[in-house]
Amino acid sequence: MATTALDQQRAHAAAGHEPTGLWSWITTVDHKRIGILYGATAFTFFLMGGIEALLLRIQLGTPNNTFLSPETYNELFTMHGTTMIFLAIMPLSAAFFNFIIPLQIGARDVAFPRLNAFSYWVFLLGGLFLNASWLFGAAPDTGWFGYANLTSKQYSPGLHVDFWMLGLQTLGVASLAAAVNFFTTVLNMRAPGMKLMRMPIFTWMSFITQVLLLLAFPVITVALILLMFDRFFGTNFYVPTAGGDPLLWQHLFWIFGHPEVYILILPAFGIVSEVLPVFARKPLFGYAAMVFSGIFIAFLAFGVWAHHMFATGMGPIADTYFSLATMLIAIPTGVKIFNWLGTVWGGSIQYKTPMYFALAFVAMFIIGGLSGVMHGSPPADLQQTDTYFVVAHFHYVMFGGSIFGLAAGAYYWWPKMFGRMLDERLGKLHFWLMLIGFNLTFFPMHILGLNGMPRRVYTYPEGLGFEELNLLETISAFLLAASFAVFLYNIIKTWRGPRNAPADPWNAATLEWTIPSPPQEWNFAEIPVVHGRDPLWEAKREHGGPLPEPPKVSGAGIHMPNPSYWPLVTALGLSAMMSGLMLIHHLGPWGIIAGGAILLFGVFNWAFEPAG
Amino acid sequence: MPLTPASRHLRRWACVLPLLVLVAGACSPGHYPQTTLRPLSDFARIGDDIQNNTLYWATGVFVLVEGALLYAIFRFRGRPDDPEPSQVHGNTVIEIIWTVIPALILAAIAVPTVRGIFQTNAIPTGDVLRVDVVGHQWWWEFRYPTLNLTTANELHIPVGQTVSLHLGSADVIHSFWPPRFAGKRDVFPNRETRLWFKAERAGEYPGQCAEFCGIQHARMAFRVRAQSPAEFQTWVAHMQTLGTKPAAAAPARDSVHTASAGATVRSDPQAAPPAGPTDPAYAAGEKLFAAKGCVGCHSLTAVNAPKGLVGPNLANVGARTYIAAGTLKNTDENLAHWIRDPQGIKKGVLMPNLGVTADEARSLVAFLRAHQ
Repeated sequence: MATTALDQQRAHAAAGHEPTGLWSWITTVDHKRIGILYGATAFTFFLMGGIEALLLRIQLGTPNNTFLSPETYNELFTMHGTTMIFLAIMPLSAAFFNFIIPLQIGARDVAFPRLNAFSYWVFLLGGLFLNASWLFGAAPDTGWFGYANLTSKQYSPGLHVDFWMLGLQTLGVASLAAAVNFFTTVLNMRAPGMKLMRMPIFTWMSFITQVLLLLAFPVITVALILLMFDRFFGTNFYVPTAGGDPLLWQHLFWIFGHPEVYILILPAFGIVSEVLPVFARKPLFGYAAMVFSGIFIAFLAFGVWAHHMFATGMGPIADTYFSLATMLIAIPTGVKIFNWLGTVWGGSIQYKTPMYFALAFVAMFIIGGLSGVMHGSPPADLQQTDTYFVVAHFHYVMFGGSIFGLAAGAYYWWPKMFGRMLDERLGKLHFWLMLIGFNLTFFPMHILGLNGMPRRVYTYPEGLGFEELNLLETISAFLLAASFAVFLYNIIKTWRGPRNAPADPWNAATLEWTIPSPPQEWNFAEIPVVHGRDPLWEAKREHGGPLPEPPKVSGAGIHMPNPSYWPLVTALGLSAMMSGLMLIHHLGPWGIIAGGAILLFGVFNWAFEPAG
Repeated sequence: MPLTPASRHLRRWACVLPLLVLVAGACSPGHYPQTTLRPLSDFARIGDDIQNNTLYWATGVFVLVEGALLYAIFRFRGRPDDPEPSQVHGNTVIEIIWTVIPALILAAIAVPTVRGIFQTNAIPTGDVLRVDVVGHQWWWEFRYPTLNLTTANELHIPVGQTVSLHLGSADVIHSFWPPRFAGKRDVFPNRETRLWFKAERAGEYPGQCAEFCGIQHARMAFRVRAQSPAEFQTWVAHMQTLGTKPAAAAPARDSVHTASAGATVRSDPQAAPPAGPTDPAYAAGEKLFAAKGCVGCHSLTAVNAPKGLVGPNLANVGARTYIAAGTLKNTDENLAHWIRDPQGIKKGVLMPNLGVTADEARSLVAFLRAHQ
């Protein structure tokens, strides 16, 4: 049946029709559909992570609360962090990499379309694997950075840590495969004339993100393999009683973990750097400085990991180096902020929803950046680390930064992705609820942290003064949640409305706005030739006004990759191997062997499948 | 009754005012006994000064940059039919200026930072009191090697003398954090870390574990009891009497020589325990302490206390402010409740529910309360 369906689809595609139906989504290798799959899946996980956060906030609303048991609280904060980082923000960025990068560089697809599908399926299955732990009552419970030796068999028996370790390992495969793909795509598939220094800034920041992924994920992979050997095969890499060292985990984890922070924020930098110029109707201020500050931030990312570890007592030399290197990051970050200011300065600002989110991103990220400088000083950080001050800091960076940036991107590119304009009034309501809810939830955490409230506590006693602000934060968290209810309503309302988006609704500058909304399967009927940094603005200037709506054309004669289900089969094999590993004490090696056989079967057929 | 505009105005303020007072109160460090913002030691002041310096610079930058952003947001509001604004691509001079200025500000933060790093990492010398801190899931052990004393969950220190902490862990990584006196120092099962401070004021101050260490990380608090030198010596002398037998049964030692101060001190004759071996409840409790297996995990001697026990030392448990590492106030009722149902109060704690009856708990409380 599968083959027949595929054949039908091929015939359909040849006739120039868009394939429809569930099967067309399962077998798709179209970067735009994969982008939408990434977005929908990641947004679902984002809502789950948000619900987890609300439960945590209810528990902390009053002192000595018993709404959640300690073990449930510990599972929820671990899964909240893991979900938001690996299953929400990273794949939401990946949704934009997928949908937007090929369009911005004038390509018809990514370099390896089937590998792209494989990345998505592995991400989906990895996310499901992690969350399946809830069904077994064994959700991860050692924090998103899972410090050894708490994660050892002795202190964490049961499947909690196994789910976390193997889940992250699976997600790492998805990230690495995607990074190889987009690295190659950006380097090799740009339209003629698009030199590196003519590349749109979102593509630039995404490209830097791929480099970070390629260099950082192998480190966490190694760290997790060592942990896996400790837990399954009796080695002692992190077991102090046998001569291992739990501090090794911290170094390995943060050599990955700090670049990871920039993996989470650089795409948002890119989105905001696209949105601000379009709605200020001015080119990006200091394009070259923006590119090189991004590269400099990425370079420094690998030299500051131990600023997460000042409390471990590394001694004055290491403390001094990591402190100064950390402060250095403020310089390129400052350059970015000033260039964003320079971009809107003297502009003619059009206040549409994406611009609201982009400007708020700048305002919130400044706060997160400044508190970051405060942690950079070890004698002060010894007080700040592991308190709610740090929780406030990274939510200003991850939520005030990444999520505001991604929201700007969602409102900005929605018409391109779905051919429909999101409602502006609902968009602004979403914005104001989110801005107010966010600040009332997270700003008081600065005060609580400096006044002695540690993070990761399932409760706090009366009499330490934590009651009032915690209650305020809990109430405000629901305001923040309400803002996303408005967003969901906006999506549903827009979905039911007509396809009303023109090709270029915002008077934008880049190539994705030269083609119909939503784009046809092959993106560009004719590959464009690029002469400058803002090709669409240049074309409109030359034309003396807005360009006519681009016609929908037949794709006859355009060679596109065939749909394939082998990436899904291969991904299933990989997940089966991970599950088999977890059940090794029940199934012996047979689970792994069965999964491996599926994986090999998938790879074999993938390799010999006609490329179309 | 119709309200005049002025009184309506007043009324509105009357509603807002308590809210403002509440917010102002919630923002003042005085509201928080565990605050880091009111340091009480030389070590804590180093970090606090650096933090204040950084905070002043950060506030200045915040006001200027957010101010410029807000100005731009209102000043450059455009209409769709406005002419295209001037297409500026950049300005090298301005870009150099705003790269250099942050660098200079960072230098102003970095200089005191580096000085502070070396100050806080210095190894204290001279007249110091050494205390060995051992983190356990989920309580703190304090050993005074020069005094040959051990206690738990309450760190007694003399005001005006530097205490030099040598920290370790019995199981997983924890982090020792007495916010009024010092920042955090992680404790490891396989390496020793160091921390020092000189307390400036007597009093009892909260602290707690700051590195997630398992199910009861939240209930791993301790108290720092900073005492005047004389009071501290009194406490030491008293503790020296808690030898191999429980307090009242042990032969009273009149005087001891303490290594830290080098002075002979006398124990406080006024400190009489509330119950003694003559009390039948005490005797019953003493038997139960052995029969229920408490003795397997808890030592009752402060002097020459055994190392490596799973539960906290109870030599002076009767005099502590809290029990179960900050979980409950140390009342007779709470102590009885704790003895009967530790798993209900602090789920996952290593102390099992031992099927102690209410009567047995009363006896155990009488016995433990005598251990002052």
